[in-house]
Amino acid sequence: MTAVAIASAHASIGLGGLAASGMLIAVAVAISLWRRLGLERSVLWAATRALGQLLIVGWALQLVVDPDDPLFWSGLWLAFMLLFASWTTAQRAPGVPRVFVLSTIAYLMSGLVTLGVLFGFQIYEVEGRTIVPLAGIVVGNSLSATVLVSRQLLIAAHEQRAVIEGRLALGLSAADSFQPHLRQALRTALVPQIETTKAVGIVALPGAMVGLILAGVDPVDAVRVQISVMYLVLGSVATTTTVMSLGISRQLFTSAQQLRRFDPAT
Amino acid sequence: MTDADGFSLRSVVAGPPAEPILCDVSVDIPASGVTVIVGPSGSGKSTLLRLLNRLDDPLSGEIRWHGDRLDAIAPQALRRQVATVFQRPPLFPGSVLDNFRVADPGVDTDRALHVMEHVGLDGALLHREASALSGGEAQRMCVARALLTRPRVLLADEPTAALDLDARLAIEALARQLADEGIAVVWVSHDTDQLRRLADHVLAIVGGTVAAFGHLADLDASEDAVVRRLVGAPGAGGAS
Repeated sequence: MTAVAIASAHASIGLGGLAASGMLIAVAVAISLWRRLGLERSVLWAATRALGQLLIVGWALQLVVDPDDPLFWSGLWLAFMLLFASWTTAQRAPGVPRVFVLSTIAYLMSGLVTLGVLFGFQIYEVEGRTIVPLAGIVVGNSLSATVLVSRQLLIAAHEQRAVIEGRLALGLSAADSFQPHLRQALRTALVPQIETTKAVGIVALPGAMVGLILAGVDPVDAVRVQISVMYLVLGSVATTTTVMSLGISRQLFTSAQQLRRFDPAT
Repeated sequence: MTDADGFSLRSVVAGPPAEPILCDVSVDIPASGVTVIVGPSGSGKSTLLRLLNRLDDPLSGEIRWHGDRLDAIAPQALRRQVATVFQRPPLFPGSVLDNFRVADPGVDTDRALHVMEHVGLDGALLHREASALSGGEAQRMCVARALLTRPRVLLADEPTAALDLDARLAIEALARQLADEGIAVVWVSHDTDQLRRLADHVLAIVGGTVAAFGHLADLDASEDAVVRRLVGAPGAGGAS
């Protein structure tokens, strides 16, 4: 029995329970009104949108989680997820050269490496109920780090132009001239994830584990699943940001080892 | 001098494609002595300098160095022979020695101290943080750092613009010393007095084209009043 299969026992929240949990949204709205924050509409919109999105996802997941469902639907889901993540990255990191193509490659490579390990070592079985959620974890957790590293690299190329050209002028290659800035951008993107990993279980209980425990799974089994998920997140963020930053670094320079001009504000 | 000496520029156009800064520049820059490039702000002096070690490429035209097309020389090899000193010295993190090791990873203390002595920098500064140096010291360190690549040409883009008079004169003396040792210096300047102290040859650029090139005495006698003013010729009035 695999770790995910352990979670087959489930708890159900009825519509009443769902409505009751919505009272917490009312609390947030009340606070906004009381303190005149002007965030009531935003809170309501966010809560409604999350509800709608998750209900649609829950319905759609039924198409792929049944062991009898063909993996084609999982593949289609993955393709959509990948393209949407790349599009989102392109929107959030405008000005980065060839950002859509680079981020697509980065997410793809990250998925291949991390899921390759999880499935290759048969930690999880290859089926729709594992492929889609695990790929979602890879892409979802890598997205913000990928956007961050992309922006950092573009800002470094713009603001540190004099220092980079100083190294180029000494005869260093483009890669060597940009190396310190690439290292710094990668550290900036990875350190929060490392800190989160270190603090897990002490500062906060991670969502996947909480979900499993609420669904009735033994906490020790839930922890084993959670650990594999955490390692998946750390590995995927590291892989995605590395592939992305190496790709962007190549785009920043011409074949004559000249630093192109970019405006990070665009 | 022949066409094969130094830099040879023919019909060079450079700058943003929509609005080129240099237009149809043709000139031979000698491979010896100090050549000072002078011209009004925005005339294309720095743009020209950046072409000579391929930090930028021209939009059209041809640049040769010692007879070879510049774009046929590997950029890294070219830049180690054609060193650059910038107006604001780009300091790398770490000590003076760390900065030297960017230019020459294998540099040892003896060689570092030797090159510091060469540029008149106190050897006691070797382990000081580069960011803690004064403006004049930082500029000298950048010259020393550039010399570690054993260049044949030193490009200097207004290297004394941010320095006080004493530091300015010291850097000028260093440039003269390097030129006398056989390293050609191509120096961009706004300062007419400096030009007259330093130049063996003068290249005057106005509006993105070559207004005049030659020895200082030739430009002093130019029929073009703008050129005479740019080089501070006696009786020509203030520099523009």
